[in-house]
Amino acid sequence: MTINQLSVFLENTTGTLVQVLKLLKQANIQLISTTIAETAEYGILRIICAEPLRACAELKKAGVAVALSDVFALQLDNRPGCAADVVEQFSQAGIGITYIYTFLLRGNGILIFRTDNTELARQTIVEGHLPYISEHDLAAWA
Amino acid sequence: MKTNFYNTPKSQTMIWNPNKECMSRDEMSELQGRRLHKIVDYVYHHVPFYRNKLQSMDLTPDDIRTIDDITKLPFTTKQDLRDNYPFGLQAAPQSEIIRIHASSGTTGNPTIVGYTRKDIGIWNECMARSLTAYGVGRDDIFSVSYGYGLFTGGLGAHNGVETIGAAVVPASTGNTEKHAKLIRDLGITGIACTPSYALYLAETMEKMGITKEQTRLRIGAFGAEPWTEQMRTEIQERLGLKGYNLYGLSEIMGPSVSYECVCQHGSHINEDHFYPEIINPQTLERLPDGETGELVFTTLTKEGMPVLRYRTRDLCSILPGQCSCGRTSVRMGRIAGRSDDMLIIRGINVFPSQVESVVLSSPEFAPRYMLIVDRVNNLDTLLVQVELRQEVFTSTFDTPTAINKLEQHLAAKLKSVLSIGAKVQIKAPNTIERSQGKSAHVIDKRQM
Repeated sequence: MTINQLSVFLENTTGTLVQVLKLLKQANIQLISTTIAETAEYGILRIICAEPLRACAELKKAGVAVALSDVFALQLDNRPGCAADVVEQFSQAGIGITYIYTFLLRGNGILIFRTDNTELARQTIVEGHLPYISEHDLAAWA
Repeated sequence: MKTNFYNTPKSQTMIWNPNKECMSRDEMSELQGRRLHKIVDYVYHHVPFYRNKLQSMDLTPDDIRTIDDITKLPFTTKQDLRDNYPFGLQAAPQSEIIRIHASSGTTGNPTIVGYTRKDIGIWNECMARSLTAYGVGRDDIFSVSYGYGLFTGGLGAHNGVETIGAAVVPASTGNTEKHAKLIRDLGITGIACTPSYALYLAETMEKMGITKEQTRLRIGAFGAEPWTEQMRTEIQERLGLKGYNLYGLSEIMGPSVSYECVCQHGSHINEDHFYPEIINPQTLERLPDGETGELVFTTLTKEGMPVLRYRTRDLCSILPGQCSCGRTSVRMGRIAGRSDDMLIIRGINVFPSQVESVVLSSPEFAPRYMLIVDRVNNLDTLLVQVELRQEVFTSTFDTPTAINKLEQHLAAKLKSVLSIGAKVQIKAPNTIERSQGKSAHVIDKRQM
């Protein structure tokens, strides 16, 4: 039910981001979405891409501090308030959202998030019949 | 209204103990020789460490008769103190010890110094000589802004002020705004602190709108870290006082091993208690006056933890000739540096090896680090850079919150070992240069 997100520890200095992106380019990895949670000194670059396992191995080989994080991907209806309705279901179940971001893929709104309780989140998705997306679906759309 | 106390003519210079401070050189040598024999005899019979050392050199106390015989004696190093932690070098029985101080050590073990009642009395005497040389008298209100605690600065200076009968304000460090207010409102006339704290205080007062004319400050006793003539000029100008050097180290006693007089030219050593030598740190040969080398002290009268020829690692010279203030005691010049890699940060001794031991015991980080010392708003700052291990970075650490927790955890460990706060910066794997030798671990950006 979850998908693999690459998390990369980067120093917040010029040139560190391009170094990682170039490695992915050389490995011919297709990016789907990226976002950075940054502080003054460092940032965590989060990447959704095709072939995340191979991408992770390539970056590791180059000495990059990279990890695979289990995150959820839900498809959103393109209407105002849809994200609020989805997140509310997790809040009511007592689940904390660690981080969240959205992007459009082939006209579909995708919500990516990580929670502090993966099992309970799974259960909430199943019971609420929420439209989750598998890695296979994502790769097919990309 | 501020009065120009410090324009007092030199003929009115006060000396706390002229009998000792102005002794003829021959009498001083004779006294030092007698005391040296006595202290060697004492440690020979009370400290197995020294007895073994002397016996292995085929020496007995009877071989030490004059002060010139001192060169026959073995040296004592910081490592010796560490190896004999905590009480191995203590000569007096525990029942005679009335106070114990501790200074920072290099591998987590602090240096422990026990004082007998007589030791504390001598320390007070030496502090009284120092303060009197600065011009402090019974009418003064003197605030002590060295840290009170295990560090010898606070209590040492405090007792000295009480000994001469001035009023002591135990301000300690921190809460600088309240201190600034008290300086103005109480008419505080003198202050003992590190020179960098003096500048920070000046800045705080300026921010609060307290002018030097609103204060009665006239004397500053500054020590516990190296400072320059330029810093003296700046502190004197901004606080409207005369700043004097106060030198000491806990292994020997604490502040007041030596002190400047109104001439502000070299620090008079209390050499009837602490015998100074300057040696070449490589060959260990004794150097003549005027030449810069490592400062070595022998405690001539100490009961609690006497030390023979203790290598301070401070580099300086003994100034030739006599001071015009009337004191005959020898003077040491400014500390020109260290013969090891010790850093003095906010008055506290910091060894890169202390940081190393913490980093090496933290499995999250590679065994590499960089210390960056700077001075921001006149306060020393310490930044410790460490490298995150690639294999440690898992999904658990995919948020800044988690990385920040790692930083805070390391910062807390460093603080407990170093006794000062350090900022931690986590760097990506393989971004800190593999250094050659110890000094490459340190970048000191302070302008001294």
